[in-house]
Amino acid sequence: MQRDVSAREIVTTVKQLCMEANFNLGDDVLRAFDQAIETEKSETAKEVLRELKENARIAREEKAPLCQDCGLAVVFVEIGQDVHITGGNLKEAINEGVRQGYEEGYLRKSACNPITRKNTGDNTPAIIHFDIVPGDRVKIIVAPKGGGSENMSRVTMLTPAAGMEGVKDFVVNRVKESGSNPCPPTIIGIGIGGTFERSALLAKRALLRNLGERNPDPELAAIEEDILARIGKLGIGPMGYGGTTTSLDVFLEMEPCHIASLPLAVNIQCHAARHKQAVI
Amino acid sequence: MSQPIKLTTPLTEEDVEQLSIGDKVLLSGVLYTGRDAAHKRLFDLLNEGNELPIDITGQVIYYVGPTPAKPGKPIGSAGPTTSYRMDPYAPRLIELGLKGMIGKGNRSQAVIDAMKRFKAVYFGATGGAGALIAKRIKKAEVVAYPDLGPEAIRRLEVEDFPVTVINDTRGNDLYAEGIKRYAQG
Repeated sequence: MQRDVSAREIVTTVKQLCMEANFNLGDDVLRAFDQAIETEKSETAKEVLRELKENARIAREEKAPLCQDCGLAVVFVEIGQDVHITGGNLKEAINEGVRQGYEEGYLRKSACNPITRKNTGDNTPAIIHFDIVPGDRVKIIVAPKGGGSENMSRVTMLTPAAGMEGVKDFVVNRVKESGSNPCPPTIIGIGIGGTFERSALLAKRALLRNLGERNPDPELAAIEEDILARIGKLGIGPMGYGGTTTSLDVFLEMEPCHIASLPLAVNIQCHAARHKQAVI
Repeated sequence: MSQPIKLTTPLTEEDVEQLSIGDKVLLSGVLYTGRDAAHKRLFDLLNEGNELPIDITGQVIYYVGPTPAKPGKPIGSAGPTTSYRMDPYAPRLIELGLKGMIGKGNRSQAVIDAMKRFKAVYFGATGGAGALIAKRIKKAEVVAYPDLGPEAIRRLEVEDFPVTVINDTRGNDLYAEGIKRYAQG
């Protein structure tokens, strides 16, 4: 059965999600701060973590952005194949939602021309990833992504001989070289396999998980934990001031790749891990 | 934890020389904002032999691009941006008398050397704590490049603005020291 969803509803939903994501840090991240305050060895680091908690409280209460970098609006859309969008263009509706959300929410517009650096003025175009799925629903996830942590992210094409040890070394080294720049404590999204661009998308999508949510494959889950433990030993700490809390979690996604390749993407996310979703 | 050191801008050579890495400092007075685009324009002015739109002697530049202010508020969320992008420009400004920079993340050796030679410090503010930091900003006005929007140069009046000394005037680096202290294996 075909089901109608109006473009207007898409606009309103995206608008709300943009604001909510920027104002309300997820409970999973807040719990991770609490846990880190208990386990962290450095007093300076504990103080940074307490500041982050307090910042999240103020943002929630005052409906103020957690961070002045309200990100590019990354939007994941899963469209049921039985859905029919009425009264407008789906892509334009998503961009309109971003436009309205960033304006009404007093959010910073960070989209600009890469060379002239001229701001587009309304934070569009959004970075939209569409997927067609069974069913008659539309699921929208808005995940604003800041520039500081995105700048520290990398895609690389390893040789197949590098194997999982090569993957682990590359990821840990990337976190080490990023140091204080991506606003630790960070969350690390890893995409292994696919093609060049697919690995990056897997890494980005991995960041949509809630903290503590392991890959369902026990072997990959163990690798996530192993990488997290190795990162913990780097000593970078919150804000890079030194400490035992450098990343809050590591999420890994893997797909088959070409027989000649081992694509690997590392997408670093700052502690302002913003993602909100709605189903229409 | 030791008591924070209170300082009022503009900063003198004595003010910055007493600071060591890891010191918590509460800054009051005026801070100027500037990030990528504003720094490029300042640099171009200097290269063309022109005067800067602000006198930076003894001043502190805060690397920030705030969110728009809500009605009745001086400024929106206003945490630090990553500093290394300003590294190509910073040594020249330090030589001209800039005494402090506030941002987050590592600086280049050229910037660290300039701080040592011309007596300036680099402060870290907590990245991603933009809503909290905004509470310490009492007034904000655009003083140059309004066309740059969030990247315009603003004059901020702050009270007890919380920062940590990352690089002091003796060439020390809190990031390097922190890792030495907490790295295992």
